[in-house]
Amino acid sequence: MEQVIVCNGLTKRFGDFTAVDSITFEVNKGEIFGFLGANGAGKTTAMRMLCGLSTPSSGKATIAGFDVYKQTEQIKKNIGYMSQKFSLYDDLTVQENITFFAGIYGISDAEIKKNGDDLLLRLGMQDQAKKMVSSLPLGWKQKLAFSTAVIHKPKIVFLDEPTGGVDPVTRRQFWELIYEAADNGITIFVTTHYMDEAEYCKRVSIMVDGKVAALDTPSNLKEQFGANTMDEVFYHLAREAKRGE
Amino acid sequence: MRILKFLLVKEFKQIFRNKAILVVIMVMPVIQLIILPLATNFEVKNIALAVVDNDHSDYSRALISKITSSGYFRLSGYCNSYNEALVLVEQDKSDLILQIPPHFESVLLRENSERLFIAVNAINGVKAGLGSGYINEIIQQYNQQLRSKLQVPGKFNLGPTIQIQSSNWYNPNLNYQLFMVPGIMALLVTIVGGFLSALNIVKEKEAGTIEQINVSPVKKYHFVLGKLIPFWILGNVVFTLGLLVAFCIYGIVPLGSLITLYTFVMVYLLAILGFGLLISTFCDTQQQAMLIMFFFIMIFILMGGLFTSIDSMPDWAKMAAKFNPVSYFIAVMRMVIIKGSGLYDIRGHLLTVLGFAIVLNAGAIVNYRKTF
Repeated sequence: MEQVIVCNGLTKRFGDFTAVDSITFEVNKGEIFGFLGANGAGKTTAMRMLCGLSTPSSGKATIAGFDVYKQTEQIKKNIGYMSQKFSLYDDLTVQENITFFAGIYGISDAEIKKNGDDLLLRLGMQDQAKKMVSSLPLGWKQKLAFSTAVIHKPKIVFLDEPTGGVDPVTRRQFWELIYEAADNGITIFVTTHYMDEAEYCKRVSIMVDGKVAALDTPSNLKEQFGANTMDEVFYHLAREAKRGE
Repeated sequence: MRILKFLLVKEFKQIFRNKAILVVIMVMPVIQLIILPLATNFEVKNIALAVVDNDHSDYSRALISKITSSGYFRLSGYCNSYNEALVLVEQDKSDLILQIPPHFESVLLRENSERLFIAVNAINGVKAGLGSGYINEIIQQYNQQLRSKLQVPGKFNLGPTIQIQSSNWYNPNLNYQLFMVPGIMALLVTIVGGFLSALNIVKEKEAGTIEQINVSPVKKYHFVLGKLIPFWILGNVVFTLGLLVAFCIYGIVPLGSLITLYTFVMVYLLAILGFGLLISTFCDTQQQAMLIMFFFIMIFILMGGLFTSIDSMPDWAKMAAKFNPVSYFIAVMRMVIIKGSGLYDIRGHLLTVLGFAIVLNAGAIVNYRKTF
């Protein structure tokens, strides 16, 4: 099995505060990897290091075979990213956003056209192509943001709480998009606070106070903690957290 | 280069969709250039004068009519006593009191000298200074007139007098607009360049879109150029509009060459855009950027020699002006437009501003690296 994310003792300190405390894990190609943890557990900081946005204090990590210290530019070419803060341009149309985000990844014009048309077809948004993104409902925006994050066919896509504030039906549709991407060989690295979504993941890690407290498939985790749902597993681990929000 | 193309296309689309920005770019230069030069006129006219004439003679009447016919003074009161006139000053109806003593004419003729009393309302220092200056000059002239009238032909002159004849170079008619318009054009380019660039980048921070750019292969210099180039072009457009308005409304044609002007403007825009960029790296919200920018631009303009001459500022302010890019711009605009200076004459200014451009942009890029 090819491993696209390899993390070994990765640590990030801000002064005296250790936000991420020596985390170690691997993610396989095409896997949907759930990255869970309470608010303030260090998820976003860890993710930012993996995306090349933040330099680790110590430890090792490679993303798609590239080193997080020295090869951040190569990493950026091979990943997609969608933050919890909605980040398409509101004052551009759907089509213009697609063209822009495909364009800055250096995709050829012909490919931009083809990938863009595919994307609109898949989302059933052909009629909305010329509409301003600001006029779309949130759920559509999130689906569009995800699709644009993978338009350059990255090896890995990082999703930071992608379904916050989205209704259950749209969330379900959103996860269908995620499965589709995973079927196409894209590795999904996703953080979420919804435990039903955690069940959709192949493997799940739960962070507590900057450390990885548990890492396994959802069913193994439930067995290990004698719980019926992921909710219970999460509660069991997270209540031991010393760190406040 | 391809990445830059996509960034530029995106930027221009956003700019042309934002009605507020278009209004700022297209309408503000026209309105400001029409209104400001007329309003910021330092020539003091219509100074309200209260006269206390205790003499009521031919001489005193001649003096008063000479003053009021000068065009600078308006007779706001003809009072019987000084206290009565002071009430007018207190009510803000008069700026200046001229008191003519009793027996002004007879004393003057008999003793060859007499005193006049002037009291000035000095709340508005400029008005007070100019007002008393004007009235002094008019009284001097009146005095001169009297002396030549009283002088008996053939008799020696009462004393040597020096007369000063001045000629006004570069602005022979002392046309105030010729002085103000170039300065205001400098102000416009500064505001458009500084504010728009700073706000635009912070807007991306606020919306979170900058994060999306940061995880992409877009390099920092791509991003910075993608922001600099559109506003650099807009700055040049605003400047061109300003030149057109100056020509159409005030008939001002630059005496120096347009090449000199544009060369300087192009370099200056790099400096002021770099400044906006630097500010934006320190700010997280548009509100912060706006306030900080406002603070600096206000100081730049008030201490840049637009309204008050830098030469008459205290030494510390003169030092501060050396670090003020706006002061160089205003000076160059006046040199080239009014005096016809060439590239060689403004080389010092040009190189200094180029230095600003390099330092500010480098600072912005370095600081970006830290915050990303």
